[in-house]
Amino acid sequence: MTQNAEHVLDHLELFKGQEYQQMLANKRALFECPHDPAEVERIREWSKTPEYREKNFAREALTVNPAKACQPLGAVFVSAGFEGTLPFVHGSQGCVAYYRSHLSRHFKEPSSCVSSSMTEDAAVFGGLNNMIDGLANSYNMYKPKMIAVSTTCMAEVIGDDLNAFIKTAKEKGSVPAEFDVPFAHTPAFVGSHVNGYDHALKGILEHFWDGKAGSAPKLERKQNGKINVIGGFDGYTVGNLREIKRILELMEIEYTILGDNSDVFDTPTDGEFRMYGGGTSLHDAANAVHAKATISMQQYCTEKTLPFVEDHGHKILAFNYPLGVGATDDFLMALSRITGKPIPKALEQERGRLVDAIADSSSHIHGKKFAIYGDPDLCYGLAAFLLELGAEPTHVLSTNGGKAWEEKMRTLFASSPFGQNCHVYPGKDLWHMRSLLFTEPVDFLIGNTYGKYLERDTGTPLIRIGFPIFDRHHHHRYPVWGYQGGINVLVKILDKIFDEIDKHTNIAGKTDYSFDIVR
Amino acid sequence: MSSLRQIAFYGKGGIGKSTTSQNTLAALAEMDHKILIVGCDPKADSTRLILHAKAQDTILSLAANAGSVEDLEIEDVMKVGYKDIRCVESGGPEPGVGCAGRGVITSINFLEENGAYEDIDYVSYDVLGDVVCGGFAMPIRENKAQEIYIVMSGEMMAMYAANNISKGILKYASSGGVRLGGLICNERQTDKELELAEALAKKLGTQLIYFVPRDNIVQHAELRRMTVLEYAPDSKQADHYRNLAARIHNNGGKGIIPTPISMDELEDMLMEHGIMKAVDEDQVGKTAAELAVQSA
Repeated sequence: MTQNAEHVLDHLELFKGQEYQQMLANKRALFECPHDPAEVERIREWSKTPEYREKNFAREALTVNPAKACQPLGAVFVSAGFEGTLPFVHGSQGCVAYYRSHLSRHFKEPSSCVSSSMTEDAAVFGGLNNMIDGLANSYNMYKPKMIAVSTTCMAEVIGDDLNAFIKTAKEKGSVPAEFDVPFAHTPAFVGSHVNGYDHALKGILEHFWDGKAGSAPKLERKQNGKINVIGGFDGYTVGNLREIKRILELMEIEYTILGDNSDVFDTPTDGEFRMYGGGTSLHDAANAVHAKATISMQQYCTEKTLPFVEDHGHKILAFNYPLGVGATDDFLMALSRITGKPIPKALEQERGRLVDAIADSSSHIHGKKFAIYGDPDLCYGLAAFLLELGAEPTHVLSTNGGKAWEEKMRTLFASSPFGQNCHVYPGKDLWHMRSLLFTEPVDFLIGNTYGKYLERDTGTPLIRIGFPIFDRHHHHRYPVWGYQGGINVLVKILDKIFDEIDKHTNIAGKTDYSFDIVR
Repeated sequence: MSSLRQIAFYGKGGIGKSTTSQNTLAALAEMDHKILIVGCDPKADSTRLILHAKAQDTILSLAANAGSVEDLEIEDVMKVGYKDIRCVESGGPEPGVGCAGRGVITSINFLEENGAYEDIDYVSYDVLGDVVCGGFAMPIRENKAQEIYIVMSGEMMAMYAANNISKGILKYASSGGVRLGGLICNERQTDKELELAEALAKKLGTQLIYFVPRDNIVQHAELRRMTVLEYAPDSKQADHYRNLAARIHNNGGKGIIPTPISMDELEDMLMEHGIMKAVDEDQVGKTAAELAVQSA
């Protein structure tokens, strides 16, 4: 089956053709030393057993499909949320290609980010020259207003000192002395992208608030009553931050979003390429020191940043991905308490609509069992919402969740009658999840795109919520926070529930028992 | 935190860094300073005299056993020894594998994040021989050690190492706050040792903080895993360490940016003092037999 320029077959069709099938079969038989198919089948079945699960959970030295990414990804993500900011990753090039492709494939937007392209010689002699040339090139070619530096494994292992390097680069004239180059050490082999987000944001705030690495006086806080909001690493940042802004504006609260990448990852196609679209202005980032309070929407994305902010006299508050009625209530009431502004009628009505929607669909969700995996805050928010819906978040797994998170999840389970048979799995990976789904099956799985293989293996229908999601487009544009966001998540879950009902009741004269269109 | 003094001891391997630093710090502890020792040498022998222990469990070995550094608590890694001196050893891989420099970075970050520096007057970093990679420069990064003391002797290679370390300090001093506090000469009884040490100090733009005379009592104490201060508090040697401690204490904020010299200048200096004999250029690379023929 040769290709024809007039009618090009997609590779999916092409490889189904007889000659390719024959070729693949030959390759397998002659070169791949295949095992007996019966043996493969036997092992496949064995991997579904409780016995295998026990071995799987005793695993120590191997991680299979971790549901997390590395620190610099989070650093690039938050850095891009500042006005005219070019994220600059000091280290090797391939790493940066990964952050860019991950963000681009999820948000369907270009992701501007540069690497200092360290190679063998830099590994031996240190990356100072890469920093000097890199900053100079970035500044001259891409005309940013700020360059935010983070690091990959390579620079961290050889111990490159960003503070000293950046100062030296400035002395050598790479960028003007007063040009903003905040930095954060983000070793990729420690923690995950949520820590990278945290470190980079703290680095940026430290830069503006604490005297720009000794080159300017520290800012003196004059409380101005404003509120800072930090979104945290979030695949729904576009929809969520816009929703937060809408809520704050409805409440007539003066605010600054720190690391506002809602427009950065959603630039319009109108003939103009925006390398830096939107973002928190540098002026606002500096003046955020004067705020009355700083609110983090994701506790585990701001474990270092919040104490730093608190040291500057702010009241601090952290939420865990507030999703659903109760969590949004808490968020709004906290806003009202801090600012003294009432919660407007419009939001009360939105609340009522979400409660109405939940009540309308309650019979379909009540008692359903879910497995969830993702970042610690997302898992918490989703689990809390499911409990609110009367569903059971039976397995909640977070590769980058730690002991404190585990405790918090247990407390959450204990607070609801639906949480009694729910379990939390910190530090586990998707291969553990596979065992869980086989040995303690649930009705639905909630996770990112990589969950599709679990869906394939275990037959558990996947509801795509999380990051990254490559194979469903544009969902990041819709909020999942707030009452409106709650409705979006509810709909997403219900859509899958109804799809499954349809799938199992679509044989004419056989499974269409009741003469009802629903089932 | 503002009153926290952070110092570091560097020097060629085998020069007596750990011995000198532990004795000095014991003397500082006698002066009622609260002290934390951070050993930054994979050999992990920076705290044995204070703890009377063979080798302290290191941060990195404990972390490797526990799974990761995040699984450690500060109490697991910090031991309290003579005069309530707090001790931690960063540790590192066995010779020939892994990356000890990264270990230093990991350990210092862990200590800072877990409040090891709270309620402390002095932090002292004891760092292995040469600053072989960026990791071993961690203690001299911004907001870490303010003054470096280089332990040396009158031997050529010890002075060479001292000069090299000064180069490292210079690199960081120009962009940060680290300064060279001075040289500590640990007597080896080489020719004109004091004179040479003073000359090198002058060349580097610093001072010889102290000349520690050689005394076997140091070895006696060491065999018993003790500092001289503890083993023989009334000895003359103990007083030497007390003097050194007092000088270091009064040297706060008086460090300088070093002016390292070239290899040629160093050799010239040794020749000036008659340690090295001038060699005619036409003799370089000639074997003894060839030279015999030449002079015949």
